[in-house]
Amino acid sequence: MFAVILVALFAKSLAPHDPKMINPAMMLKPPVWVDGGSSLHILGTDNLGRDILSRIIYGSQISLAVGISSVAFAGVIGVFVGLVAGYYGGFIDNILMRLVDSFLAIPTILFALVFLTIFGPSVPTLIVVLGITNWVQYARLVRGEVLSIKEREFVKAARSIGVRDCKIILRHLLPNVISPFIVISTLSVATTIILEASLSFLGLGIQPPTISWGGILSDGRDYVATSWWLATFPGMAITITVLAIIFLGDWLRDVLDPRDNH
Amino acid sequence: MTEALLEIKDLKTYFHTENGVVPSVDGVSFSIKKGETIAVVGESGSGKSVTSLSIMGLVGSPGKIVGGEVLFEGKDLTAISKRDMRKLRGNDIAMIFQEPLTSLNPLFTVGNQISESIKLHQNASKEQAKVKSIEMLRKVGIPRPEKVYSSYPHLLSGGMRQRVMIAMALSCNPKLLIADEPTTALDVTIQAQILQLMRNLIHENDTSILLITHDLGVVAEMVDTVIVMYAGHVVEYTDVYTLFKEPKHPYTKGLLDSTPKIHELKDELQSIEGTVPTPGSITQGCRFQTRCPLASGKCFTEDPELKEIAQNHKVRCWLHEEGEVAI
Amino acid sequence: MVHIMEKKNKQQAKEEQYLLEVKGLKKYFDVSEGWLKKEKQYLKAVDDIDFYVKQGETLGIVGESGCGKSTTGNLIMQLLDKTEGEILFEGVDLSTLKGEALRKKRAEIQMIFQDPFSSLNPRMRVFEIIAEPLRTHQAAKGKKLENQVYELMEVVGLDRSYARRYPHEFSGGQRQRIGIARALALKPKLIICDEPVSALDVSIQSQILNLMAKLQKDFQLTYIFIAHGLPAVKHISDRVAVMYLGKIVEITTKEKLFHQPFHPYTEGLLSAVPIPDPTLREQKHRIILEGDMPSPANPPSGCRFHTRCPYAQEQCKGEEPKLIEEKPDHFVACHFPLKEGHGVLIDQ
Repeated sequence: MFAVILVALFAKSLAPHDPKMINPAMMLKPPVWVDGGSSLHILGTDNLGRDILSRIIYGSQISLAVGISSVAFAGVIGVFVGLVAGYYGGFIDNILMRLVDSFLAIPTILFALVFLTIFGPSVPTLIVVLGITNWVQYARLVRGEVLSIKEREFVKAARSIGVRDCKIILRHLLPNVISPFIVISTLSVATTIILEASLSFLGLGIQPPTISWGGILSDGRDYVATSWWLATFPGMAITITVLAIIFLGDWLRDVLDPRDNH
Repeated sequence: MTEALLEIKDLKTYFHTENGVVPSVDGVSFSIKKGETIAVVGESGSGKSVTSLSIMGLVGSPGKIVGGEVLFEGKDLTAISKRDMRKLRGNDIAMIFQEPLTSLNPLFTVGNQISESIKLHQNASKEQAKVKSIEMLRKVGIPRPEKVYSSYPHLLSGGMRQRVMIAMALSCNPKLLIADEPTTALDVTIQAQILQLMRNLIHENDTSILLITHDLGVVAEMVDTVIVMYAGHVVEYTDVYTLFKEPKHPYTKGLLDSTPKIHELKDELQSIEGTVPTPGSITQGCRFQTRCPLASGKCFTEDPELKEIAQNHKVRCWLHEEGEVAI
Repeated sequence: MVHIMEKKNKQQAKEEQYLLEVKGLKKYFDVSEGWLKKEKQYLKAVDDIDFYVKQGETLGIVGESGCGKSTTGNLIMQLLDKTEGEILFEGVDLSTLKGEALRKKRAEIQMIFQDPFSSLNPRMRVFEIIAEPLRTHQAAKGKKLENQVYELMEVVGLDRSYARRYPHEFSGGQRQRIGIARALALKPKLIICDEPVSALDVSIQSQILNLMAKLQKDFQLTYIFIAHGLPAVKHISDRVAVMYLGKIVEITTKEKLFHQPFHPYTEGLLSAVPIPDPTLREQKHRIILEGDMPSPANPPSGCRFHTRCPYAQEQCKGEEPKLIEEKPDHFVACHFPLKEGHGVLIDQ
């Protein structure tokens, strides 16, 4: 995972070529180990002669950025709503949870398509769109956790000491809901990257010339039969990143739990 | 001496965990005669529950019986096949647990579950099983047994559920009933009802009972013989009167002194300092050394044996080895 | 006029000696079902109880599950809102206080909880847990705070080297000590102990009971000790209240209650406790109360105990008995108080 992040951060110095450089002389070159491959383009080139490795490396910037920030955006809203709804319960809870339910009833892709068509596809709108479709699951998760933690006696103890509500939420509830949240959110960084890729694939995600994995994948669509490497390598990049993120999530959960700190 | 119904010889049940081997039950021996009621007393981590599960062959992974014999009417239960064990369980040996709700299947009616076990073990027809089930429910003091027969477990109160469990356990006239903290989850007036019921059943059926408990009050009211366990060892083993009158092991003494006496107006409580050691943490010497007020010399280096110091009175303590002064 | 003044003064004098006085306290939970809620249904968890606690004493509250003893504790602690009645702490009705004043007053009442595993936040270190009340009320800062926390740890018998550890590294008894240190931090006058030892092993129970008795002496504490385990209640209490289905059925000194109870329920309850002495097996006067505790959502009419009472008569079904002072300092709610109730104390 760190490797992926490092790659994204140092894309400029790592990439062997300018990812946008079109080279008609080098169109659809296969990877280096296949007959006809060029050592200049390790993973081959696309239909415009652009270096695939460089495009994947640059694409990681956008894909990760969109994935992480949309989850962060969704997480902040979701955790806040979940904490408030779970802790106070009653009327506030009812209102917030009905809101959550109505969000759940909207199909994600459809909503994203409509939203992106109205506001036009750009990186910030994409983050907002993915954030909006995602926050409800955190809200539900966190609320559920809060409901069970709230009944534990240490929350009662804090109240009987006279700790204020906001402090109880921040010091007692938040740290105890954070680890399931981390696990779910890393998983959802992964699904968000995939979702972004599918939106880009449908042509509503990141617009060229900005490079994202989904974009590369969608460009390669037409050549799958003849030049398999166009779609395969970005696809693999997505898979590896998603797996890496999931492992990171597991590791984070273990680290965050004081019970395992021996 | 009459033949023992159950005889346990040097039973060892170890748990193989990530952090090494935990000797939960470490060389436990005792025997139960026909019609006898015996209690295994101990605090959490003493190995008392694992002992009972070992007898039933119900120790789950990562636990394993690694040594010793469990002789039931002369047959070694650790050596027989799983099929024979299943036949024995519920038929000759029955068990009741602390939390009756979790031991009853919530998806089946009470009657369904009782008659199931009667059909299984007694080759009874459906009709016979039903008649017998209702008779058992009546016997354990359940009002309107026909109605309870067709209700689901969650509709019953804790005390009623424990009665159902007892009815189920006794439906096949077992020779041995193992009761693991049968009243711990119940309110005190309900506990009194259940204990009374068990007392009556002992009288009527001559069933042997192995009672696992931490409550010395229940022990004093119910049993003939007491086994005190600490950290996987039997530390004292004698009849109930001797145990309460002349406890010899410092742990037993400490346990008695730290029990509030409801029948005495002024009761000073002595406490045993420290906490129960985590199983397996004491590798050398007596396992009670860390909390024993009388520990000295040998106690830290050598583990004492369970020795018979008087007739039917066994103690595992260096203070009572020959030639040493008694407390 | 003078006469009235005098009477008033007398009453005030009487009230002043009580640290806590509870009058006509009720807590009903709405358990109506369905959308229309045609008929309101209430679970009367606590139904019109009166009692007082004197400075420096321990009042035990016993009863079986569903009797309302824990609800009573939570009401005094202001963790639940009462339905009706008064809770006077040092003569001030706590429910009339708001905001900052309530927070201040509340600091003088603290609570020790039953489950030493859920009563400590697993993600806070011992130091933080004990420091929290001090920080919340800005009682101490910096070095002073540190010293106070260490002092509290010492008082409850915890080594100060434990301060940086997390709760899961401790055994049940040690965790309960942490909980006690937290309750002591603000130097409260009244501590409500909700089943503080029932989750602990016997040998650890006595450690905690002895510690609590010592702390009471050292810091002039007043306890309300709520438990279902009668032996522990008898050990630590000066006076004991017995609750059944949301009502106090008997309240008196420990000696009187355990020697000669007036209420049939108390008698049955005492008789149900096993005595840790096998020689008394045969001698014991056994009264087995039949049946189960009725649901508090639908309590029996009249005297709530009449369905299980071995002495119940016609009057008991229709008319609810009031808690009256049958003998000096011995209150009982029964139409036919026992003349010769069987206690558990054995004369020696």
